Amino acid sequence: MVTIVDYGSGNLRSVQKSFERLGHAALITSDPDRVAAAHAVVLPGVGAFGDAVRALHDRGLVAPLRSHLLADRPFLGICMGLQLLFETGWEGGRHEGLGVLGGDVVRLDVPVGNKVPHMGWNTVSWRSAIHSKAQAGLSGDDWFYFVHSYVARPTDESVIAAVTDYAGPFCSAVSRGRLFATQFHPEKSQAAGLRLLQTFLESV
Amino acid sequence: MLAKRIIPCLDVEKGRVVKGTRFLELVDAGDPVAVAARYEAEGADELVFLDITASHEGRAIMLDMVRRVAETIFMPFTVGGGIRTLDDAVQLIHAGAEKVSINSAAVRTPELVTAVADRLGSCATVVNIDPKRVVREGREVWEVFVNGGRVPTGLEAVPWAQEVERLGAGEIVLTCMDRDGTRDGYDLEITAAVSKAVGIPVVASGGAGCAGHLADAIEFGKADAALAAGIFHFGECTIREVKELFQARGIAVRPALHHGHA
Repeated sequence: MVTIVDYGSGNLRSVQKSFERLGHAALITSDPDRVAAAHAVVLPGVGAFGDAVRALHDRGLVAPLRSHLLADRPFLGICMGLQLLFETGWEGGRHEGLGVLGGDVVRLDVPVGNKVPHMGWNTVSWRSAIHSKAQAGLSGDDWFYFVHSYVARPTDESVIAAVTDYAGPFCSAVSRGRLFATQFHPEKSQAAGLRLLQTFLESV
Repeated sequence: MLAKRIIPCLDVEKGRVVKGTRFLELVDAGDPVAVAARYEAEGADELVFLDITASHEGRAIMLDMVRRVAETIFMPFTVGGGIRTLDDAVQLIHAGAEKVSINSAAVRTPELVTAVADRLGSCATVVNIDPKRVVREGREVWEVFVNGGRVPTGLEAVPWAQEVERLGAGEIVLTCMDRDGTRDGYDLEITAAVSKAVGIPVVASGGAGCAGHLADAIEFGKADAALAAGIFHFGECTIREVKELFQARGIAVRPALHHGHA
């Protein structure tokens, strides 16, 4: 059973149904007690960094999420769920994130002629040195769906599990212990996305 | 490298795909869920559903369709047509759409674009712009029309595109009315002018008659994606053929699927 954290950031059914397709039950909850008791937590999310942080605080979800992460229990972050791991987000002012990874989240800085949001299908280069099992079964030929205007800048480069090229490289996945998070949306990335979720489930 | 997107657009009326489809092998070729699954299997990068039902009852049918499509496919899709209020947009996103696209209401109530972007994020906020070449006081202008090309607005395409970006839109679907339905190719001049004038992605729309037209929209129209309806629905070309042509012309593309789909 995986537990999908609902903090009002939109439709979570696509994430839930992806796990169901893989034969795995997934609970959607905004209950801090359930998150605190969860074995494997999935933190999805779209929208703005500040709104997301406020929504987590309003629902009392910050403490159980931080405990879960600091205890190195299985965790998958998706899109905003990756960005929220960092100390600081700069979208619409300065906001404090969950702070379990050092670094900040900044607007994509690309030369004129490259559009922001970075929207559509792109590939990822997995770093060979990462410890996460999530790279198993994945290759650089896989395409994933991205839709975001901000990117994470980890201070500790060893947490960078993958980079993606958009007029220069950016951090498209992070990994540390049993923490794994992607800037892209595996739940919207057809077969490649399901393979990634499968490898996450196998590591749980 | 980010792939240029190929996007089939489906017109939906009362929950049914209209304007035909080539998928004769489907049990129900008018079922949006079945057609969406078929395009997903062919390697479409996104889908657009355009609700051409105007009535209030149509909204409920559309929401139900969006839920059923979201339940079936594992790829993003946009829903447009008749979005007038923030609540309309929120309901569609909560039903499972990745993005909503706002057309006439963006002209009538520009603050709606900002409200949707604030609530759902710029990434989920698409504005449709439908320009037509008209002569005003001896000068050709690219005037924005609404209500399916029937009502002139006095706005010009390029400054209006810059305005919707400022209002918070994260993407523009640009349907050049002079070409729409002609199969003569996209209006590359207007498309390139708009795409170069904004920092957000622009989807070319209107006029696709063959695979080469979609490649032209990217290469010469500077579009980030190409949308087409009839040529895909009637089988003039497949998404795979378009992708192979993109590859041959050196345009970044996500290859058509080789090992089945989700």
